[in-house]
Amino acid sequence: MSKIIEGLFYSESQEYVRVEGEYGYIGITDYAQHELGNVVYVDMPEVDDEVTAGEDFGAVESTKAASDLMSPVSGTVVEVNEALEDEPGLVNKDAFENWIIKVQLSDKGELDNLMDAAAYKAFIGE
Amino acid sequence: MAEEIKVTCLHDKHVAQGALMSPFAGFDMPIQYAGIEVEHNAVRQNVGVFDVSHMGEVHITGPQAEKFVNYIFTNDIAGAPVGKVFYGMMLYPDGGTVDDLLVYKMGDNDLFLVINAANIDKDVAWINEQAKDFDVVVDNQSEHYAQLAIQGPNGENTMRDVLDIDCSDLTFYTFKLVNYNGEEIIVSRTGYTGEDGFEVYATPAVIVKMWDLLMAAGVQPCGLGCRDTLRFEAGLPLYGDELTAQISPIVATLGMFCKLDKEGGFIGCDACAQQKAEGSEKKLVGLELKDKAIPRHGYDVLDTEGNVVGYVTTGYRSITVGKSLAFALVDRAVGALGNDLQVQVRKKVFPATVVKKRFYTPNYKK
Repeated sequence: MSKIIEGLFYSESQEYVRVEGEYGYIGITDYAQHELGNVVYVDMPEVDDEVTAGEDFGAVESTKAASDLMSPVSGTVVEVNEALEDEPGLVNKDAFENWIIKVQLSDKGELDNLMDAAAYKAFIGE
Repeated sequence: MAEEIKVTCLHDKHVAQGALMSPFAGFDMPIQYAGIEVEHNAVRQNVGVFDVSHMGEVHITGPQAEKFVNYIFTNDIAGAPVGKVFYGMMLYPDGGTVDDLLVYKMGDNDLFLVINAANIDKDVAWINEQAKDFDVVVDNQSEHYAQLAIQGPNGENTMRDVLDIDCSDLTFYTFKLVNYNGEEIIVSRTGYTGEDGFEVYATPAVIVKMWDLLMAAGVQPCGLGCRDTLRFEAGLPLYGDELTAQISPIVATLGMFCKLDKEGGFIGCDACAQQKAEGSEKKLVGLELKDKAIPRHGYDVLDTEGNVVGYVTTGYRSITVGKSLAFALVDRAVGALGNDLQVQVRKKVFPATVVKKRFYTPNYKK
């Protein structure tokens, strides 16, 4: 069983957003890290880059393949998780703890387009 | 209409053992069991076993078998002792590659060819077409043979202790016939990993029995995922990526397997000689990135001014070497060792240096 956390917003492309005030922490779900296998590289945007809901902002890569990261929300990148540059495998250890980017949300209304924990659980069939 | 996917004799066991399965070359094959890194390291440090029963086998016999094979094969088997294995290619007249393969010298005018699974139909048609003017019999035995690859520094011990086959007398690229459970099987000291190891060709019944013994002994089952990372580090080409109908062995810098001076030449010999003399337009090189970004198949390679000069054929974050590495097909003019290039990885461009393709020095038992 994959770990799913209540209170987060989930996308069909397997990203989550944890909202704190006007900011969102974006990462990949536990289910996604498990499907991907050992993460060996995380391609992250830079601070001040704009991200757009439904568009890619980077990639997580296992030895076997690269998987695009699709932003669940729009906004401006205010922080990237630099720990992942040296230790990308942290995503496998705890995908929810080890978010990838922190974004200043430009439209909180976009969160309505995402799934809650119960809907996501059903979506991945668990 | 989609062709029905084929399976090997070990398919049910792969599924039962929880392997991640995926279609490859028309077969539903195991990609990984414990994970690519675990399996890769098992082969580098200890031993692992691969089901490579999808590979094709073609037996060529008849009064002109040796002459014929030497005519369609780039390496030179003339006068070789029985028990020797050769690596080389079959080429089109323009030098493009039909396939890369192994040739086992079973006897005088008795040759056993091992070809890539994806190319079996194409190769057999090609061989038959060329065989018209020779007194030979071409027998596609791909359905008859299953195959295991037992690879790693503990391969010889595993062959002896688990399968009761003494391989201490086999040197690299030699083989012998072994009587196993009343069946004559082929055992060679060959592989596709850059480590010492063995390949066994036998009927499905024997291969299944061997697999069960190896599993019971705790030998790591390995999938095609690490087969690719292992061969890549060792600088070995994969047909479809580094060798194609458009990529000759000269372009792929595998000229050492093309005996341009051998008696009677071979199909594609003149084209190869011309490419060697004049310098081919493209060249396969190794690339090393300083960053951790991973160059993948098909990514553009750029010169320092940003002009596209080629593409990545295979690339990984190398497990043993610990660097981001690639094979790339580039314009010959920019392919000199030490030359600075760049690789486009999605939206970013990363600096890369041309290095030798053999990223990892193989540990063969010569």
